[in-house]
Amino acid sequence: MNILVYVETRGGKIRGAGLEALTAARKLADAAGGSVAALLIGQGGAELTAEVGQYGAGKAFIAENAALAGYSPEGYLETLLEAVRQSGAQAVVMTASSLGKDLAPMAAAKLDAAFLPDCTGLEWQDGRIVITRPVYAGKLNITLAAKELPAVISLRPKAFPPVPTGGTAETVKLSVNLEGKVKTRLVGVGQDAGGRLDVTEADVVISGGRGMKAPENFKLIEELAETLRGAVGASRAVVDVGWRPHSEQVGQTGKVVSPTLYIACGISGAIQHLAGMRSSKVIVAINKDPEAPIFKSADYGIVGDALEVLPALTQAVKAIG
Amino acid sequence: MNIVVLVKLVPDTEATLRIAEDRRQIVKSDVNFVLNPYDEYALEEALRLKEKQGGTVTVMSLGGDEAVKALRNALAMGADEAVHVKSAGGLDMVGVAKALAGALRDKGYDLILAGKQAVDDDCGAIGPMVAALLDIPHAAVVVKLEVADGKFKAHREVDGGYEEFEAALPALVTAQKGLNEPRYASLKGIMTAKKKSIHEVEAATSPIKTEIVRLEYPPSRPPGKIVGTGVESVPELVRLLREEAKVI
Repeated sequence: MNILVYVETRGGKIRGAGLEALTAARKLADAAGGSVAALLIGQGGAELTAEVGQYGAGKAFIAENAALAGYSPEGYLETLLEAVRQSGAQAVVMTASSLGKDLAPMAAAKLDAAFLPDCTGLEWQDGRIVITRPVYAGKLNITLAAKELPAVISLRPKAFPPVPTGGTAETVKLSVNLEGKVKTRLVGVGQDAGGRLDVTEADVVISGGRGMKAPENFKLIEELAETLRGAVGASRAVVDVGWRPHSEQVGQTGKVVSPTLYIACGISGAIQHLAGMRSSKVIVAINKDPEAPIFKSADYGIVGDALEVLPALTQAVKAIG
Repeated sequence: MNIVVLVKLVPDTEATLRIAEDRRQIVKSDVNFVLNPYDEYALEEALRLKEKQGGTVTVMSLGGDEAVKALRNALAMGADEAVHVKSAGGLDMVGVAKALAGALRDKGYDLILAGKQAVDDDCGAIGPMVAALLDIPHAAVVVKLEVADGKFKAHREVDGGYEEFEAALPALVTAQKGLNEPRYASLKGIMTAKKKSIHEVEAATSPIKTEIVRLEYPPSRPPGKIVGTGVESVPELVRLLREEAKVI
């Protein structure tokens, strides 16, 4: 089975998510028997080809095109479909980043494929692709199998740690005729205020809820986040009253995160919030109320005022250097 | 402007879910079903565009009785017409998108709006799939939308920021939280919705390419420990995170 991996790049570098996708694809190809080819859109110098080779791709299709410098749904779709044609791929793999969540479904529709999105598990079992993914905001997990190929698979970010396997990739220039195809034009991009690390990408997330009492107090969370090189998250309650931007909201109607460490400060632990962070590796809760539901999901808890505990925690972490 | 809004009935996010005996679906009897929250943002945007620029708002839902319920809820919010794309179920995601695309082609549209994802399957696929099948431009996860002069301009939320896209109509946009504040259905709306007729069409069928193997509960976490109260417990917490959990 030939697999094509769309390897996402940003600022001329491969995103961690791209390496996760390569690792998962390599593992699947090894189990099913087959090859892995990478697709890099917008840029791909020698060092990027070498890197995808390191993570298991035997070929790197490089599609350099001025029209694809920024994301374009139709442009990326056409390019991906051409790479599928040329590589003979029967499975397409990519990360379920914002881009992947847009591109993967389009590709699945055009390829009339088995669609397996946002997977946390990917295996080859009894001659078929079998995946697991969270549904109902993680309240349940579903296991799905592809009944036939082709299949389009997207992977939940941070669910497949990248593992280099060593190897080299051959470069193949991919030229795609995009004339008349690019209908949706990118006219602007912007970063979240301060260009802060996104909650879905961070290994550490410190989140604040109503227990933080006032928007200014989030400074304490920002300080701990900076010390731990993490991102700031927020409960729906504080986003709804405008204390924090929606991009920081963790929960069923916000972002679903699975960092190595999640620290919830002044958050009671409503079902919808838990849905957004329950797959974090280690959960710490700080709350004044010993009965707060969050303590049932936390690995470690401190019953106390987050406004007092946070600065002490930041200091203690700084002290260990 | 002829606007079609795709809507779906889903379990309320408050619901505690139980797995049915066949281990392939949830127990529905004790669950409250509602209009998908993200579809409400889509429908509200459609109603506002109609109020400003004129036209019709048609809501469309695929499924059985639950689709009809979704349509009645949407009509109560103020939609003008409703199309029930009848399906007994058993379609995979691409199959649903194909059926909806077929119904949309028959209906005609200037703008298709949908929620960014349904809170049951959390796929977020229907919008991009339908746009690709209809070969129309789209912007997904939109928090700001302008429609004028046969074009749309949309702010799409992406990891760490946003992208601004422009394209000509006909087009498809999926709505993210923050696009607007959805209105509540008025009593008058609820009463008139009961009288509005729902146009029925059959969903085109297609072979399913994915199979549900099982549904299960997530692995439960071992019970955690309360390290202590207040600031004094901080040193112990840091020690545990360092030596036991090994995360810092």
